[in-house]
Amino acid sequence: MSTKKKLIYTIAALAALFIILTLCEQLLPASSMLFIVLKKGAIYALVAVSMNLVNGFTGLFSLGQAGFMLIGAYTYAIFTIPLKEHAAVYQYFDGGIIQFTVPILVALVMAGLAAAIFAFLIGLPVLRLKSDYLAIATLGFAEIIRAFFQWDAFGPVTNASNLLRKFPTFDTVYFPFIVSGICIAVIVLLINSSYGRAFKAIRDDEIAAEAMGINLAKHKQMSFTISSFFAGIGGALLAMYQTTVQAGAFKSSMTYELLLIVVIGGLGSVSGSVLASFLFIAASEWWLRFLDTDTYIGAFKVPLLGSGFRMVVFSVIIMIVVLFYRQGIMGDKEFSFGAFGDIRRFFRKRFGRKEVTK
Amino acid sequence: MEFITSNLPYLLAGISVGGQYALIAIGYTMVYGILRLINFAHGDIFMVAGFLMVYLSATLPIYVSLPLVILITVLLGFVVERVAYKPLRTAPRMSIMISAIGVSYLLQNCAFYFTSGLAKQYPVIPGISSSVAIAGATTKLVTLVTPVLTIVLVVVLVLLIKYTKIGMAMRAVSRDFETSQLMGIKINSVISTTFIIGSLLAAVASILYFSNYSTVTPTSGAMPGLKAFVAAVFGGIGSIPGAVVGAFIIGICENIIKGLGLTTFSDAFTFALLIIILVAKPTGLFGEKFTDKV
Repeated sequence: MSTKKKLIYTIAALAALFIILTLCEQLLPASSMLFIVLKKGAIYALVAVSMNLVNGFTGLFSLGQAGFMLIGAYTYAIFTIPLKEHAAVYQYFDGGIIQFTVPILVALVMAGLAAAIFAFLIGLPVLRLKSDYLAIATLGFAEIIRAFFQWDAFGPVTNASNLLRKFPTFDTVYFPFIVSGICIAVIVLLINSSYGRAFKAIRDDEIAAEAMGINLAKHKQMSFTISSFFAGIGGALLAMYQTTVQAGAFKSSMTYELLLIVVIGGLGSVSGSVLASFLFIAASEWWLRFLDTDTYIGAFKVPLLGSGFRMVVFSVIIMIVVLFYRQGIMGDKEFSFGAFGDIRRFFRKRFGRKEVTK
Repeated sequence: MEFITSNLPYLLAGISVGGQYALIAIGYTMVYGILRLINFAHGDIFMVAGFLMVYLSATLPIYVSLPLVILITVLLGFVVERVAYKPLRTAPRMSIMISAIGVSYLLQNCAFYFTSGLAKQYPVIPGISSSVAIAGATTKLVTLVTPVLTIVLVVVLVLLIKYTKIGMAMRAVSRDFETSQLMGIKINSVISTTFIIGSLLAAVASILYFSNYSTVTPTSGAMPGLKAFVAAVFGGIGSIPGAVVGAFIIGICENIIKGLGLTTFSDAFTFALLIIILVAKPTGLFGEKFTDKV
């Protein structure tokens, strides 16, 4: 397929997405579950893709994503809470010490940069470690970051273990879609660049990659830092979505959830991660909701259903995917418009032959 | 003297928690030694053992429920290995670790479902839940029982590994997976035994730990689990005495930090220690130096 055709298809797909989103905005009531899925799904898609960049494309098993999201969320919140709200938000810390605000977009970039700087510093010692040691060390760092943000001594900046709130948020679905879309596009461009190829080479065989002249430390550091940059932006978006931030929410279980999304989508597939994020959020927040409520058919109470059963079913599904469909939805392949052509050819072949046999 | 009396409670609590971490850490270190897998679900097995005790002791007398808890936990550990790890034996290490995370997620969600997410009161176990006074510091009897029981269990385990046939098989498998298989060692039964021993010790640890802290929640296994893993790394992964020493050090340090009024950092300290160890001496205190098999 030619690049020109591809471009046209991409623009058409984006336009279609825009129209669908607009239709949803106009037609559906604001309380519809679809909006939760779309907003949260878009945010999770960004974070999952950023995690995939490290885990799936560079082959570094990092479990620090929740920590970097926390940094992003806090950076965004701290620098955007309107000055007149400071007295109410920082009620135990005399209105806090950061007495200025920055525009939302600047704050988003700052959120990413803050996470990236932390990641760079953390990466210096940690990235030398091998697979599972790296996993546990990054997990540990996320916990340390969480402890620091809850420390009373940083209260004037981070509000200690109290909520940060009243910062600007979004209410349309466009905002998370546009921000995540741009970020994911940048990640895709990076993956397709020579750096991206170096990442993949490191994933497939470190020794061979080094022999080919790839600077391992530099590229690992780069992948880790860039991934954290986007995780930071994702954290900021999540803060906007939730309208409040508290360090206690960014536990390691959040990282695990993201990792499971990445695995379901397929390690090493951006479109897989995006798809899996929406599926994961839709399944956990919406489609499986009915499992959580007691249901009666006449006088008969459907057994098992009740609070929490949704997550049990959900984790069983995840275990089945992990055990039997290890490749996930997409494996390491990407969605492409060419695939449609393949499907068409496939059907034509099938049904074409039938016609002949008639 | 005043210093000692004011700090003795923390030291005692540290030794006690250290013993409980040690029992969990052995499960991690043995599994890692053989499968090279961080069994993320181990902390949750420990948590499930806590809930089992809560539910069983509600209907059964304590002398029945205690052995039953241990038995069911062992069974759970065995089943988890067979269902979630065995099919992935030839898969890359990342998949099996992801499977472990999946099991942990599943166990936590199941616990949440069965308990509706509420913290449950741990039953009083006669003999270890009563209070005693030592040198002016009041503590639960479990504080004294834990280190003794831990050391007894560890000695038994070390003897088992050193002098029995299955122990020899375990050592062989942890040395070289493939070669030991070629030598006729039934690898699956060795791995199952490892998980059984690990779960058994986790069950004992849960009885001691929750008698001390008195409530169980679906997430109360995660932190002790991670800390026990850090202890295993600190002591040198694969080494049982190392795990025990590491666990005691971490337990004591953590409680001293709490005593200094920096409770927020008691968890962070553990991880800081982990990172320092990993960067400075990845083999830990007692770890054997082995070359990476690529």
